[in-house]
Amino acid sequence: MTVSLIDTPGSTGSARSSETLIEVRGLRVEYGIERPVRAVDGVDLDIRAGEIVGLAGESGCGKTTVANAILQVLRPPGHIVGGSIRFRGQEIAGLDEESLRKFRWRNVSMVFQSAMNALNPVLRVGAQFVDMMQAHERISKKDALKRAGDLLEIVGIDRRRVDSYPHQLSGGMRQRVIIAMALALEPELVIMDEPTTALDVVIQREILQQIQDLQRERGFAVLFITHDLSLLMEVADRIAIMYAGEAVELSAASELRTNPQHPYTVGLIESFPPLTGPRMRLTGIPGTPPDLGEPQVGCRFKARCPYHDPNDAKLYDRQNTERPVLREIAPAHFVACHRVEAGT
Amino acid sequence: MSAAATPERSELEVRGLRKEFAVGGGLFTRERVHAVDDVSFTLKPGRVTALVGESGSGKSTVARLLLRLYEPSGGSVLYDGRDITSNRGRGATLDYRSKVQMIFQDPFDSLNPVKTIHHHLARPLAVHKIVPGKKIDERVNELLDTVGLVPPEKFAAKYPHELSGGQRQRVSIARALAVEPTVVVADEPTSMLDVSIRIGILNLILELKEQHGLAFLYVTHDLASARYVADDVLVMYAGQIVEQGPIDDVLESPRHPYTQLLLSAVPDPSLEAEARVELSTGQQTAAIDPTAGCRFRARCPLAIQICGEVTPQLVDQGGGRAARCHVTAPA
Repeated sequence: MTVSLIDTPGSTGSARSSETLIEVRGLRVEYGIERPVRAVDGVDLDIRAGEIVGLAGESGCGKTTVANAILQVLRPPGHIVGGSIRFRGQEIAGLDEESLRKFRWRNVSMVFQSAMNALNPVLRVGAQFVDMMQAHERISKKDALKRAGDLLEIVGIDRRRVDSYPHQLSGGMRQRVIIAMALALEPELVIMDEPTTALDVVIQREILQQIQDLQRERGFAVLFITHDLSLLMEVADRIAIMYAGEAVELSAASELRTNPQHPYTVGLIESFPPLTGPRMRLTGIPGTPPDLGEPQVGCRFKARCPYHDPNDAKLYDRQNTERPVLREIAPAHFVACHRVEAGT
Repeated sequence: MSAAATPERSELEVRGLRKEFAVGGGLFTRERVHAVDDVSFTLKPGRVTALVGESGSGKSTVARLLLRLYEPSGGSVLYDGRDITSNRGRGATLDYRSKVQMIFQDPFDSLNPVKTIHHHLARPLAVHKIVPGKKIDERVNELLDTVGLVPPEKFAAKYPHELSGGQRQRVSIARALAVEPTVVVADEPTSMLDVSIRIGILNLILELKEQHGLAFLYVTHDLASARYVADDVLVMYAGQIVEQGPIDDVLESPRHPYTQLLLSAVPDPSLEAEARVELSTGQQTAAIDPTAGCRFRARCPLAIQICGEVTPQLVDQGGGRAARCHVTAPA
């Protein structure tokens, strides 16, 4: 059973192009063989050229697993057990290593969660650019170093920093170096997994600004993964909310902010105290996500859902037995919730 | 200093606190980082004070100084009107530590993996002789109940790995409460937790403040959560408090340009991008052998000549507020 996140053109804020870059259909990923944990269970996701798609949810909801599956960098015991991932129509699940090597960096690059530690501590910054470029194309060391300098300038770092070692850079500068590297081969999609989480709030603001500026100038698409929904609402065109391996809501960021429908999305939004407006007591989301090592029946959110109430026998029964699927409740706004579907 | 029962909840007052650490330099030219410099504030019963700043601002050093995990280089910490920095004896230190407790950032690191939750709570009860031996089990259950881990009997028998991050942080809070403190220092208590359960921990802090009249120092880099729990705020930059006051007033009309910068950097989807104040940003630098002048001047859009010459003082702004800025809060 799969849910459908197939969206209609024109649902994004920056409808630069409706050309689909990545098409994920019915993706299922498991960790382990004996007692597998199905971390991602039937996710569909489209990423179009030039848009910023946000993927949000709690730890363990499968958002990083989706990203790793797209780049084909799942590590055992993680493996894809079903579904397809296409890049410009070409299936990439099951590509051989040589084709994958070309695909990564050139078509899709990634800024990892622990990007602060992703640089080799004993190599100068320039040498790391040279290595990466020479692995993908015939380029002299001199030319590669020059391009490395150009790239550093693009992210606001002095080009002489090619001679620095990573430890001579601050955390924010290291993160910029990683972003510059991810852009080096001009990929069409950059996956950013919590790119600013480890940074101080002021530096985070600068890096976000930079990412948005670069994205506008160069037109690459971004899959932006974070647990910080308030940040995502600022940067993303569209947002997918994941819960327990499923996508439970998908819409334009502005729509999600003003008209969230899934009770999990509402709970997530209310988990961030506002900086302005009246002060009120928030509740967050009581409870914890289900154990994905167990078979899941019915709605995965029911144990934490404020609307899972035995007094409403019909809805209660449906939540217990039937898996909700994404339905379009408004143009380009999809929700997987029995209650929303029933319109109560 | 014996455990003389005080009828009223006591205050913790910090006066001109200073801490320097030696860094690098040669044999005769030791450079010193002024990690905490001229910090003064009072923690009052039934109030939460937020200590806000970026990494390296010295906020965690202040927390550790309060806990007597570091010796201050200068200034004093007064508890019940007595200077605890001059305590040398183990008895007095033990007594003070039972009154001022800390909740750490990482609930995964701060519990012993081979001991049950019961052990974690029973041990401080026994060490500080809070209740007679026979009553320990009863008290452990009460504590678990207070922090929302019910049924307490079930949780007492568990090991840390059987609990979620949020539940572990609740155990840390129960452990801090075991010795009946009057002051609790919480150093980024929610930053390692999942977003959906952070509010639960903040609500617990609010309940403890209201029901037990505890004084909290809430150390964080997150202004939004500070606004949610705190009554007062201290904004730290490069070792100094640059602005302080009732948190609603400070966030409503920040006086110090650094507070304004922090506020404008917080993601807030309700703000349109155009509404943001553009401020020159840049990096906070450690105050290594600082010269006279304002420590924020290199990043400050308002800096004038005097900012490079005279170190600004915290100037009373009325309404319980103070700011350290030559331009916006002149002496």
